[in-house]
Amino acid sequence: MTSTETYNYKVVRQFSIMTIVWGLVGMSVGVLIAAQLAWPVLNFDIPWLTFSRLRPLHTNAVIFAFGGCALFATSYYVVQHTCHVKLAFPALAAFTFWGWQAVILLAAITLPLGITSSKEYAELEWPIDILITLVWVSYALVFFATIVKRRIPHIYVANWFFGAFIITVAVLHLFNSAALPVSFWKSYSAYAGVQDAMVQWWYGHNAVGFFLTAGFLGIMYYFVPKQAGRPVYSYRLSVVHFWALVFTYIWAGPHHLHYTALPDWAQSLGMIMSLILLAPSWGGMINGIMTLSGAWHKLRTDPVLRLLIVSISFYGMSTFEGPMMSIKTVNALSHYTDWTIGHVHSGALGWVALVSMGAMYYLIPRLFGRELYSLKLVEVHFWTATIGIVLYIASMWVAGIMQGLMWRAVNADGTLTYSFVESVQAMHPYYIVRTLGGAFFLLGAVVMAYNLWRSISDAKPIEVAIPEPASVH
Amino acid sequence: MADFNSDFWHWYIAILTVLSILACVWLLRWMTTGHQKQDEAESTGHIWDGDLTELNNPLPRWWLGLFYITIAFGGFYLLLYPGLGTYAGLLEWTSKGEYEQEVEAVETRVGPLFARYQETPILDLIKDENALKVGERLYLNYCSTCHGSDARGARGYPNLRDKDWIWGGDPESIKTTLMNGRIGAMPAWEGPLGGESGVDEVTQYVLSLSGRATIEDLAEKGKAKYEVFCIACHGPTGAGNTALGAPNLSDDTWLYGGSISRIAESIAKGRNGQMPAQGERLGDAKVHLLAAYVYGLSQEK
Repeated sequence: MTSTETYNYKVVRQFSIMTIVWGLVGMSVGVLIAAQLAWPVLNFDIPWLTFSRLRPLHTNAVIFAFGGCALFATSYYVVQHTCHVKLAFPALAAFTFWGWQAVILLAAITLPLGITSSKEYAELEWPIDILITLVWVSYALVFFATIVKRRIPHIYVANWFFGAFIITVAVLHLFNSAALPVSFWKSYSAYAGVQDAMVQWWYGHNAVGFFLTAGFLGIMYYFVPKQAGRPVYSYRLSVVHFWALVFTYIWAGPHHLHYTALPDWAQSLGMIMSLILLAPSWGGMINGIMTLSGAWHKLRTDPVLRLLIVSISFYGMSTFEGPMMSIKTVNALSHYTDWTIGHVHSGALGWVALVSMGAMYYLIPRLFGRELYSLKLVEVHFWTATIGIVLYIASMWVAGIMQGLMWRAVNADGTLTYSFVESVQAMHPYYIVRTLGGAFFLLGAVVMAYNLWRSISDAKPIEVAIPEPASVH
Repeated sequence: MADFNSDFWHWYIAILTVLSILACVWLLRWMTTGHQKQDEAESTGHIWDGDLTELNNPLPRWWLGLFYITIAFGGFYLLLYPGLGTYAGLLEWTSKGEYEQEVEAVETRVGPLFARYQETPILDLIKDENALKVGERLYLNYCSTCHGSDARGARGYPNLRDKDWIWGGDPESIKTTLMNGRIGAMPAWEGPLGGESGVDEVTQYVLSLSGRATIEDLAEKGKAKYEVFCIACHGPTGAGNTALGAPNLSDDTWLYGGSISRIAESIAKGRNGQMPAQGERLGDAKVHLLAAYVYGLSQEK
C-alpha cells in the first residue's frame, strides 16, 4: 500500500464542529428548562416553549446531537488511526453525517410542536425512526468495514467499545421503536402495559449503558493514553471489564420499574445485575485513571488531561451511585425524585460531556493542523464546568432526598404530612441553585467554543498521510 | 404464577440467570489463573497509531474482591427472594404482601381513632378541635387538588366555604356526596332553544333572576323559553333544586363563571360536573370525618 493515502478527516471535522454547535444548543435549552422549573413564568404561555416539550428537546439535543456527533467524530477518527487505514465507504460516511443532522433538525422541529411517541429518550416519531435506522446501518457498515480492512491484526480496545455500542444501539432502537403508525406523525407502540414499560426501560437504561457509557469508554481508551503519552494500564482488565460490562448492562433495565406492576422476579433480576455491574464499570475507571501512573505530574500542567481524568472520576462516582440507587430499599426513597436527575447529570455533565470536551480539545486543532489557542482558557473552562457540576448534583441530592422524605412522611393519624405542592414549594431554592450550576457549565462550554474557534478560525483543513503500522514483535 | 403462560419461561429465566452469573465467575477465573497469572506489568507488545501501547497489569485484588462480593450477594439474594422464574425464594417475600402488611399496620394503629370519630355525630365532631385537625389533613390529602388548599374551589369546582350547596349542605347530604360522588349533568340547549338567538334570550332572563341589568325584550322572550326548558330543574324563581343538583340561579355564585358569555356557554353547550365517589377508597369512617370538616367550613364566621 502506498504511503500517500490519507485519512478521511472531512467527516471527522464535520462531526467535531457539530458536536460543539449542538452542545451549546442542547445545554442552552437545558438551562432554560431548569430556569422554568424555578420560575414557571419563563414558558411565556407559549405552547412551543413549555417544559413538557422542551425537556425532550434538551435530552435529545445533548444525548443524540451533542453526544452522538462526538461519538461519530471520535469513532471515525479512532478507527482510522488504530487500524492504519482510510475510512471505508466514504459516500456512506458522508450520508451518516447529513442523515444524522437531518434527524437532529427534525427532532428540533417536531418536539416543540408536540409531536412525540411519548417514550423517554425515544420520543421521535416513526418516519424519523426509520431515518435513524438507515443512518445507523450505514454507520455500522462504515465502522466495521474499516475494522475488516485494518492493517494491524489486533483490534484496539477503543474499537471494541465503539463496536459494542453501534451493534447494541441498533438492536435497542429497532425493538423499542416498533410501532403501528396511524398517521404520518402519530404512531402507537407495538407493546402494551407493563411489557411496553419493560421494553422502554430495557431500551432506556441501555441507551445509558451503550450510548453514554460503552461509546464514551471508547473515547476514553484512545484519548486518555494519547493525551497522557502513557500505555493503557491493563489489557487483561480491559478484556474482563468489557465483556462483563456489555453482558450485565443489558439486564439492568428493570431497576427503573421497582415497585410497579412489573413482576417481582424481574425487579429482583434488574437489581442484582445492576449491583454486579458495579465492578465492571469501575474496571473502566481503573484502566483510565491508572493509565496515568508514571505521569501524574502532567495533571499540573495539562488542563486537557485534567478534564479527561476528572471525567473518569465522575464516571466512577455515578457508576457507584447507580447500583446503590438500584437497591430496592434505596430506590423506594429515590425513585421519582430529583435525586435521579442529579444522578443522571453527574454522569451526563461529569462523564459524558467532559470526556467529549477533552477529546474535542485534542481532536479539533489536530484536524486543522493547529495548536490549541489557549491552555489558560481550558483552565477557565475546567473550573467553571467543575463548579457547575458540583452545584448541580449537590442541589439535586439535597432536593431529591428532601422530596423523598416529604412524600413518605406520615402523621400519627395515617395521613400524609405534606401535600404534593408543599414538596414542590420546598424545591424552589434548590431549583435556583441547579439553574446556576447549569449556567456555569454552559459558560464553560462557551469558553471552549471560543477557544476552539480561535484555534482554527484561519486554518485550512489538512490531509494527513496514513503511516505504516509499527512492526509487531 | 400468572406471570408465565408455560413452564418453559420459568426454566428459561432461571437457567439463563444462573448461567449468566456463573459466566461472570468463569470470566474472572479465566483472567486470573493459568497462563494469565502473572504479576509483572509487561507490555502486550502491540503498537497502534505510532505510540499507543498496552501494559498487562494484573487485575487489582480489591477490585476482584468487589466483583466476587457482588456476585455472591446476587446469589444469596436469588436464594432468598423471587427472581429465578416462578421460584418464590426462601423468605416467600412479595411486593404485594409487603404492601398489604404495611397497610394493615397503619390500619391497626389508626383504626381505633377513626372508629371513635365514626360513632360521634357530625354536629358534635365540628366542636372537637382534634377531630377537625385530622379532618383537615384528610382534606389536604384527598380533596385539595380540586377544591384548593383553602377550600374556596375554582371554576368548575365548588367553593366549600360558602353557604351555597348544589347538592345540599346538611351533614347527611355532604356525607352522601362524599361517599357516592355526584354527576352534575346540565344538557346542551342550543338546539332546542333554536340556536344562538334563543340562547341569548334565555341568558338575559337568567341574568334577571339575580337582579342584573338586562335587555328587556330579549329577557321577556327568554322567560317564555325558560318556562318550557329550564323550569323543571331550576324552578320558577331560579332557586334550583338540591335533589337534582340544579344550581341556584338567583344568587351571585356561578360554578362555571357568571359573565354573560360564560352563562351563554353553559346554556348552549351544557356542563358535566364530576365529583368522584370516595366511599370505596377511604371507607366510611374517614368520609364521616371529612364530611364533618367540610360541613364545619361553611359554619365558620
